[in-house]
Amino acid sequence: MNWLAPLQYPFMVEALLVSALVGTVCAVFSCYLILKGWSLMGDAISHAVLPGIVIAYMLGLPLAVGAFAAGLLCALSVGWIKSSTRIKEDTVMGIVFTGMFALGLVLFTKVQTDAHLNHILFGNILGIEREDMIQTLIASAATLIIILLKRKDLMLFCFDVAHARAIGLNTALLHYLLLALLSSTIVASMQAVGIILVVAMLVTPGCTARLLTDRFDRMLLIATASSVLACCLGVYASFFLNAATGACIVLAQAAMFAGAMLWKNMRSPRAQAGT
Amino acid sequence: MTLSLEASAVTVAYPNGHTALRDASFQLRSGTIAALVGVNGSGKSTLFKTLMGFVKPVSGSIRIAGGTVEQARKLKLVAYVPQTEEVDWTFPVSVWDVVMMGRYGHMNFLRIANAEDKRMVNESLARVGMTEFKDRQIGELSGGQKKRVFLARALAQNGQIILLDEPFTGVDVTTEEAIITLLRSLRDEGRIILVSTHNLGSVPEFCDHVVLVNRTVLASGPLEDVFTEDNLNRAFGGVLRQFHFESSTIQDHDGKTVKLLTDDERPLVFGKDGHLEYKDRTERQELVNKRIEEVGE
Ligand SMILES: Nc1ncnc2c1ncn2[C@@H]1O[C@H](COP(=O)(O)OP(=O)(O)OP(=O)(O)O)[C@@H](O)[C@H]1O
Ligand SMILES: [Mg+2]
Repeated sequence: MNWLAPLQYPFMVEALLVSALVGTVCAVFSCYLILKGWSLMGDAISHAVLPGIVIAYMLGLPLAVGAFAAGLLCALSVGWIKSSTRIKEDTVMGIVFTGMFALGLVLFTKVQTDAHLNHILFGNILGIEREDMIQTLIASAATLIIILLKRKDLMLFCFDVAHARAIGLNTALLHYLLLALLSSTIVASMQAVGIILVVAMLVTPGCTARLLTDRFDRMLLIATASSVLACCLGVYASFFLNAATGACIVLAQAAMFAGAMLWKNMRSPRAQAGT
Repeated sequence: MTLSLEASAVTVAYPNGHTALRDASFQLRSGTIAALVGVNGSGKSTLFKTLMGFVKPVSGSIRIAGGTVEQARKLKLVAYVPQTEEVDWTFPVSVWDVVMMGRYGHMNFLRIANAEDKRMVNESLARVGMTEFKDRQIGELSGGQKKRVFLARALAQNGQIILLDEPFTGVDVTTEEAIITLLRSLRDEGRIILVSTHNLGSVPEFCDHVVLVNRTVLASGPLEDVFTEDNLNRAFGGVLRQFHFESSTIQDHDGKTVKLLTDDERPLVFGKDGHLEYKDRTERQELVNKRIEEVGE
């Protein structure tokens, strides 16, 4: 077996580069998402983008725009329903995202598209179209730049909203910014792993890093390193295994987490006392 | 700008229609430690939220240093020390990071710390005696140390009005005294310190002004005027446990010597005419005299 074989194909090189960028965005964002405790919101929004994609297709708009709008609509309607009823947030999310996902499925069968449902649900990074690739790159770059510029404000917002307000930060704006960033991160990773598995990209890198450090800055770096490595490994492995790339990436992310956990347990005082 | 805090006829209602505070008025001036005393659900936290602008009064107004709450927020005048239960202690930040958060409002858009920010953080850590713990993750601290970290953050913010929510719950007497000493030195710098508590016994130890709340401000004024058995019964209804020494057997048996032991909560002890029992009566008297002179001027 020739280990360098995948690199002879331009589509493989492209896929590796795109997935590394997507992996970076997801890793950085996941640190905020898990500390804010919004993992479930990530799952909800990722499913809710489906009708947006179909409607964007019908209107001839970029699919990323439709997905982003639908994601934001899901987040806003969850917030609105929660504040105007006594229903708990996780329950509201369960209703809203399944409803939107189902609407997407119905719309999809009614509309003649040349997009494959499978590609949206499970990603298609090896066969990515030029136009989709440009959308992914723009979404990734914009998300990453905004997070990095606002990283301290967002961190403070996740840690202590009251203090953030007291020192004059606009916390309502930060709240919506974080929701918008969540939507755009999902849009960025949609092509790589598909909307069903996106949530793994949104939580696993942050959790892996959280196991290994208790400083936020280091957490960002470790999450990025592990996520980029997992993405490249996943793409690379899918070439040889001839398996779905998105699933391979997510599997690699899970392996990173398992590895971190094993390493951590081996180094814990109890384990050391035992040896 | 002279520092002052003034609430006039403030009514606060939550979206569910519950009116948590009705027609509440009080005034605090520069150089005061005030206790905000009331039972659970009496509206102490609500009052804090209103002072910080999280909830807007339905009617009435709040003036901070002569301006609105919004203006005070822009000037970062009000610092808030949260209740221990409100903080996520597993969050991956160090003591240094937390205290530095007090400086964010003073930094530029990118929140890059300059020499002045670092100096303020170091100084604040030193004042609360937490310098040696600056690299600890915040969860790896004792209850009293945790409180001091957030107090340091308020100092780093250079807040002129400092709101402390229940700073003495779960803190032993030594730490309580350390915090009180620090609060006194902050008062002497002219700041206003508002401390919510339902630990009655410690109130005479640390404050010179009391605001009694029970869904409104029942009374506000100097400790001696407000902290009377009568007022406290109004504020606490029947929930205070009472023990009258005149009917106790030791009163006759051991002359007038009474010894009272409690766990970490200080007891509140009243004398015959409602005089309060202090640990340090002379220092207290000096402060009262000073206040009387000031008013006379
Ligand atoms: N977000 C909210 N929505 C509706 N009602 C609220 C809300 N927060 C507090 N309340 C109600 O307002 C009243 C005052 O609550 P508050 O939290 O100010 O009490 P507190 O004096 O701080 O009590 P504690 O000593 O228990 O901290 C309570 O009856 C409470 O149920
Ligand atoms: Mg409270």
